[in-house]
Amino acid sequence: MSKMPRILVVDDERPMRESLNDWLKEDGYRVGLAASGQEAVDMARKEPWEVILLDLKMPGMDGLKTLKKLKEVRPDAEVLMMTAYATVETAVQAMKEGAFDYLVKPFDPDEVEVQIKKILAHKELVLENILLRRKLEETYQFDEIIGKSDAMQELFELISRVAPTDSTVLITGESGTGKELIARAIHGNSNRCFMPFIAVSCGALPDSLLESELFGYEKGAFTGAEHTKKGRFEMAHRGTLFLDEIGDVSLKTQVDLLRVLQQKEVQRLGSEKVMEVDVRIIAATNRDLDKAIQEKRFREDLYYRLNVIHIEVPPLRERKDDIPLLTDAFIRKYCLEMNREEVKVGASALKQLMAYDWPGNVRELENIVERAMVIGQGKEISADDLPFSRKEAGLETFPKSLKMMEKVHIERVLEAAGWNISQAARDLDIDRQTLYNKLEKYEIRRGDS
Amino acid sequence: MAKCVTICPIGPVDHGMLERIARHIEMRCSVMCRVSSKMDRPEYAYDERRCQYNSTTILKHLIRCCPDKVLGFMGVTCEDLFVPILKYVFGLAEMEGRCSVISMYRLRPEFYDRPPDQGLLEERVKKTALHELGHCLGLTHCKNRRCVMYSSVRIEDTDMKHADFCPTCSELFTWRVDTCLSPCRL
Repeated sequence: MSKMPRILVVDDERPMRESLNDWLKEDGYRVGLAASGQEAVDMARKEPWEVILLDLKMPGMDGLKTLKKLKEVRPDAEVLMMTAYATVETAVQAMKEGAFDYLVKPFDPDEVEVQIKKILAHKELVLENILLRRKLEETYQFDEIIGKSDAMQELFELISRVAPTDSTVLITGESGTGKELIARAIHGNSNRCFMPFIAVSCGALPDSLLESELFGYEKGAFTGAEHTKKGRFEMAHRGTLFLDEIGDVSLKTQVDLLRVLQQKEVQRLGSEKVMEVDVRIIAATNRDLDKAIQEKRFREDLYYRLNVIHIEVPPLRERKDDIPLLTDAFIRKYCLEMNREEVKVGASALKQLMAYDWPGNVRELENIVERAMVIGQGKEISADDLPFSRKEAGLETFPKSLKMMEKVHIERVLEAAGWNISQAARDLDIDRQTLYNKLEKYEIRRGDS
Repeated sequence: MAKCVTICPIGPVDHGMLERIARHIEMRCSVMCRVSSKMDRPEYAYDERRCQYNSTTILKHLIRCCPDKVLGFMGVTCEDLFVPILKYVFGLAEMEGRCSVISMYRLRPEFYDRPPDQGLLEERVKKTALHELGHCLGLTHCKNRRCVMYSSVRIEDTDMKHADFCPTCSELFTWRVDTCLSPCRL
């Protein structure tokens, strides 16, 4: 440690405090003295202490109560209990409450020295671990994308090379693999990073609405156009426009898009005015565009315009090495959101996470981690907190009728898509209205499954 | 303030040995050192429960009796010393003050079931005296195991180190002595 460590001595007996003060100062430590538990807690609130030497038997707030309070205020401080009344019970209890160790008064001089040095060495090790972990995380993280697998490391490399250019990028990959995060990372690492990043979920909007969203409209352009509206192309001027679910765009809108890409101009609906736009396009889809071209559902010329640089995002089942890292990242995220202390994933739960096939990819993993943290309130996510544990144990009833099978399947797909109806409809390869009909038919509601 | 350290025997202490310790301090610290007349056995500091003498109480007494204008005032006793929190101490000093007290009780080889050895005892006393004097001049423990300012929590630590300061502690000691003797402090 670079600075002299700070040691807080808490003892109601003045001679004890003073003699420890003298002793510790000879070693060069910065020493603080507190005559009661309350004074110690107040001092700990004001400034951090690396080590706290705490007397077990004190009037008023005793050592164990003080220990609890101190651990609330300064969880990082290591506490050494001091007692003249050493019993195994009190010592064990103090250790359970988080004390590092205990010393029996009066101490052997070398005992104090050894214990304090042990604590400081331990703290340095903890600090080293944190720094090492941060360093690893930096290596395994590109903006918000996490992965240490070879596939992801190659992806990070590709993003770094592609980002500074103005080239159009086509990102393909299964649903839930994090295509938008990649688009954001490309924008964030490009020269356009200070300009807007505008995302449009093309598949979520009906054709007419998508057109007005992309190109904007003038007041009175159509019934209901009560005011002039800027289109997303205009909004993204000098920035990046992310066209998600490009494979779901109608042939008519594909023609309009192609025109903008070729001419770099847009025209609001109902306007004669042509506006030049400087927009970098990043498109994404989970559809097989080659197949769509063959089936004449996607224009080949648009495909080649978009596919200047192609980034294929691997599904989670092909990069299972990343599951522990991703799980930890989601746990940390939800610990912060839920104001929870450190939560770990248990060995059997991790085994199940590794064994699962992840049809909903990273999004499904995130949903399952969030769900597990809501269900299990402990410090460890166990196999029982995971939704597929019953399945593995063979306890889950297998639906026999086709109708029931359909219901269960829809529920699972919805769960994997985080109850995003558009997403689930796409995954099921049906339209949204059909999905709504089926939800009504089977009386499927969120939280039922 | 005079550039002088006074050694004060507390209770019966071998006067000849104290004179030799004084010469060692003069040689190593470039200060004058003399042995004063002895004080009585410190019965006022005796703890019946522990059958030891409270070094903090003795130190407070020395502070009250400390002659004016001396750089250091060091009590030497053959009694076993403790501070309330510790089982024993070899010595105790007033950090950045002038007074200190050292005990020869646990420096004697006989305490560790060894045959008496006057030379070894004298060497240990020299080291302990220099160590406590260092504390009086504001020096904290040194990480160099051979330096006299290395923390002695066991007798082996005392035997391991030299009866002298390491170059860094030596410079610091000289600088502190000069600071204490500078006109603005007089």
